[in-house]
Amino acid sequence: MLIPEPVQSLIDAFSRLPGVGPKTASRLTFYLLRGDETLSVELANALAGLKENTGYCQQCWNITTADRTLCEICSHPQRDPAQICVVEEPLDVLALERTGGFQGHYHVLHGALSPIEGVGPEDLKIAELVARLKVGAVKEIIIATNPSMEGDATAMYLQQQLANRGVRVTRLARGLPVGGDLEYADQNTLLRALAGRQEMDQE
Amino acid sequence: MAQKFRSFRVDAIVLKHHDYGEADRLLTIFTRQKGKLTAIAKGVRKVRSKKGGHLEPFTHSNLLLATGRTWFVVTQAEAQDSYPNLTRELEILGFASYLVELVDRFTYEEEENVPIFNLLKNSLARLDEGEFPAQLVVRYFEIRLLDLLGFRPELKNCVVTGNPIQPESQYFSAALGGVVSPQAGKNLQGAVPISMPALKYLRHFQRSSFDQAIVAKPADEIYRELEILMQYYLTYILERGLNTPGFLRRIRRDAGTQAE
Ligand SMILES: [Zn+2]
Repeated sequence: MLIPEPVQSLIDAFSRLPGVGPKTASRLTFYLLRGDETLSVELANALAGLKENTGYCQQCWNITTADRTLCEICSHPQRDPAQICVVEEPLDVLALERTGGFQGHYHVLHGALSPIEGVGPEDLKIAELVARLKVGAVKEIIIATNPSMEGDATAMYLQQQLANRGVRVTRLARGLPVGGDLEYADQNTLLRALAGRQEMDQE
Repeated sequence: MAQKFRSFRVDAIVLKHHDYGEADRLLTIFTRQKGKLTAIAKGVRKVRSKKGGHLEPFTHSNLLLATGRTWFVVTQAEAQDSYPNLTRELEILGFASYLVELVDRFTYEEEENVPIFNLLKNSLARLDEGEFPAQLVVRYFEIRLLDLLGFRPELKNCVVTGNPIQPESQYFSAALGGVVSPQAGKNLQGAVPISMPALKYLRHFQRSSFDQAIVAKPADEIYRELEILMQYYLTYILERGLNTPGFLRRIRRDAGTQAE
């Protein structure tokens, strides 16, 4: 069966998304083809605006709207700037925010150290984190990297870099199963891990 | 495409993993039975997954694999050794990554090599136990791995003249795969100097079991010289740089001076 090029190209685009196989991609495409035109237009507008209208918060590097320098959390008067929770990805911020159990600020590294893949400290927002300590308000850094080899490597490196700077450095408790991603943790598990966070050993 | 065995058990060491799709991971494993393989572990990034902890890099696990369309699929996983100390100290984590990167880069899929499997498993266990200097474990691993891959360097006779090496400083040529006498080496392109003590330890590691190798107590500067020399030789054979040595250099530098 020959599929017209515009249809095939949307199917191809969908199949490149995580969790979407060729069957789902075809189903979504034909749904849009048959469906109301407003749906396609809204989807197209949303996609076109996604990159254009978003940017990074210049303090925590989380995703925010393109018109702001600081994200909503960083500019919220009720959030406590003395605590910074360090995560690998923006989705981890979302997971922690869903728990409602953390009132401080965040810092998004945009990845984790991986010696084998050649991901080094310069590839992550680590210098930006260290720079935030110089402003002075920070009392505790909570490292919430994933419980994986890369998350451990990142936590140890951060601990080394943040030691002797007059801030308390803690890591989420080991309630999270090894190999799991923070973004998939349920709220109770995350709350427990947050409450049971432990000091990282000072060498 | 009828497969005689749809499912089979392997003794595997996880070399590396990549996130794949929504919650899956694509694993590169080195197995005792079939050498290096790529396998997919479904749903392991979900926190409720029971397999995740058994599939982290460096872990020695017993796996049940099914033959999938593109990759093997991990259907059961049970860790034999998870070597917890490998991820408790940054430099040790870097060394373990280095061993795993070498095995990954030097091997091809589905080529069985039991001695390499054993060497990797034993070396990771030694790094984890921490009874012997990590540098010794790693340098011993390199020289044995070269042997098992068929790149055993010549350390007794000059690779240019064929004459026995005299007890003095020498050169080493990666292109010629061995030591070069001073006269022949000084004008040889690409040859690098090697001190007599460094050469002595290389020879010792080359002919020894690990139990014999540990009687050697090289000074720190000899370890440094051997590290640079081996990386030069390994990179030459691979025709490409390795990632982990740069990581190790960086974390050592930053351990001394906190990054600004
Ligand atoms: Zn922010």
